[in-house]
Amino acid sequence: MASDSSSGERQNLQGNVACALGAIAAGCRFYAGYPITPSSEIAEQMAARLPKVDGVFVQMEDEIASIGAILGASVGGVKSMTATSGPGFSLMQEGLGYASQAEIPCVIIDVMRGGPSTGMPTRPSQGDVMQARWGSHGDRPVIALAPASVGEVFEQMLRAFNLSETLRTPVVVLIDEAIAHLSETIDLSSSMPTPLASRKVATGDVAGFLPYAATDDGVPAMQCPGDGYRSHMTGLTHGEDGFPTQDPATVERVMRQLLGKLDRNMEQIECFETLECDDVDVLVVAYGITARAARRAVVSARERGLRAGLLRPITLWPFPERRFRELASSANTVLIPEMNAGQLCVELERLCPHPGPVVRLNRIDGECISPRQILEQIEKLHAHD
Amino acid sequence: MTDSDSSLPASFDIRDYLRTDLFPHFMCVGCGHGIALRCLLTAVHELGISKDELAVVSGIGCSGRIAAYIDANTLHVTHGRPLTFASGLKLARPDLTVVVVTGDGDCLSIGGNHLIHACRRNLDITCLMLNNEVYGMTGGQVSPTTDEGRYTTTTPLGNHEPSFDACSIATAAGASLVGREITFQAPALKNLIVEAISHPGFGFVEVISDCTEIYGRRNDLGSSTEMILSQKSGMRPESYGGALDQPFRPGNWQTGVLSRSDREEYAAAYRRRTRSARPEEQT
Repeated sequence: MASDSSSGERQNLQGNVACALGAIAAGCRFYAGYPITPSSEIAEQMAARLPKVDGVFVQMEDEIASIGAILGASVGGVKSMTATSGPGFSLMQEGLGYASQAEIPCVIIDVMRGGPSTGMPTRPSQGDVMQARWGSHGDRPVIALAPASVGEVFEQMLRAFNLSETLRTPVVVLIDEAIAHLSETIDLSSSMPTPLASRKVATGDVAGFLPYAATDDGVPAMQCPGDGYRSHMTGLTHGEDGFPTQDPATVERVMRQLLGKLDRNMEQIECFETLECDDVDVLVVAYGITARAARRAVVSARERGLRAGLLRPITLWPFPERRFRELASSANTVLIPEMNAGQLCVELERLCPHPGPVVRLNRIDGECISPRQILEQIEKLHAHD
Repeated sequence: MTDSDSSLPASFDIRDYLRTDLFPHFMCVGCGHGIALRCLLTAVHELGISKDELAVVSGIGCSGRIAAYIDANTLHVTHGRPLTFASGLKLARPDLTVVVVTGDGDCLSIGGNHLIHACRRNLDITCLMLNNEVYGMTGGQVSPTTDEGRYTTTTPLGNHEPSFDACSIATAAGASLVGREITFQAPALKNLIVEAISHPGFGFVEVISDCTEIYGRRNDLGSSTEMILSQKSGMRPESYGGALDQPFRPGNWQTGVLSRSDREEYAAAYRRRTRSARPEEQT
């Protein structure tokens, strides 16, 4: 088993273990969760490791309670997280909406398995991409990250907490079962380039304090119980003072600030990787475990003289729209392999600058998409040129 | 209400504990929730808890809107979930006094699972459940504590479901202090809240409130005064112990502290169990 320190040794870790280590390295000191395959190792790791760093682990009665507890702990000033899978993620959508509305930092891991419903608990899937984007009601800012390796799970946990803290918003980390249960050797020390961030803390006069005052970056400073501000937090639409309002002008103003928060900080949110994208005929867009197959397929295609390239969003939501449009405008075809019946492709069809073919490659049988499948599709698309 | 709290320091002014700039408040004329609010704030004052150290977590419904009027750290959360938020907050911040204000629908219906597990864990939280026997905020639908035969908007021919005894549930689930009071007995209610907050563990307090406008009117229960007097006539301020085996009879309110145990508080138990993980604490 890995040690808790993030000292330089190379370690062979499972994705879910790297997730827990990344969370603790990011400063997470509170975990509440409910067991669900294939995420349970994260809870088990946190239960064993949090007491060593003076943190608290609690197994709650369900996922609704789990997200409630982490939001309460975060309001108390402690970095908090939970982990679940598709069915539990559905139950958390209510709390996610509250976290967005009240602007409470927290991190939610969704280890994706086959669905719908109980589906295939032990088989990989990428079926929660749209649940992460649209699962809760109303309009709200959404950040979802999609790491593609064990090392990247660790790194993205640091980013998830940093984004969540600096932007006061829930951050979802979508890990497919394949990566959650994959073992890879990683060097934890080289995986920690990111300095840790904490939420902006309210300062200044208590009198007249506005907990949701407009700020340059769209992120209000956060108060903490005991600091004297004694403010009110509610899931009701609220004015800058934190109290419920239905005044149209106020609602418009605060909702625009809430929904504009990500656009104003896109530089730190956007994160993607490109491979062989200088002169591309077939642009492959893939994330998570599927991106690894796509990477292999693109390299093989180039070896065969086919101009294929890969865009791999690491921040899946918000999607790197501008970069995608640039690449797609010069490509003949966009190929989107996904382990679902077609989710991200709907967004990309919308974003495509010209009505050129967006080709889907989907697997919903609980198996990963292989490099060969993607390569065959690239070859077929070139033959049609 | 006439204040008969003779034990109070003379300096007590309820306005010091209220966000009076939000007044006029939200509650209907005759609603018992205001009495419960006053008793809570009086208890806080009597215990010398500073407003900065007080966190009040509430859910959805008429009871849920009360938190906003309290000049403390207030958290108005999703329907049925205040105990979950409160659990996280208390575990993260043991220095705070955490009080949950919830209602019969919030606590026993949508939040029922959270209630029994909160009782079982026995965190040092006080849960004040304001029972007005109806979903008032949404216009008067049947609740888990509505008496059989009562008329509500969703039982237009009379309620055919039996009601819950919240205090029996809380006792059975392991809450280490359980009590009930009616709003007529405001000083006793205040004392019960003082006891629940002082108690090192999960304190469950059921307050029999009255919904005159939406429930009383439809069931011909008379004015608020008449409703409260009828509650008073149903009061049975006796020890719960001997009565535990008797079937719960709605309208007969056993009041006072109904059960108490010295079970270890959750955070203390967690620290004790996990001590071996913290080498610096081992001697």
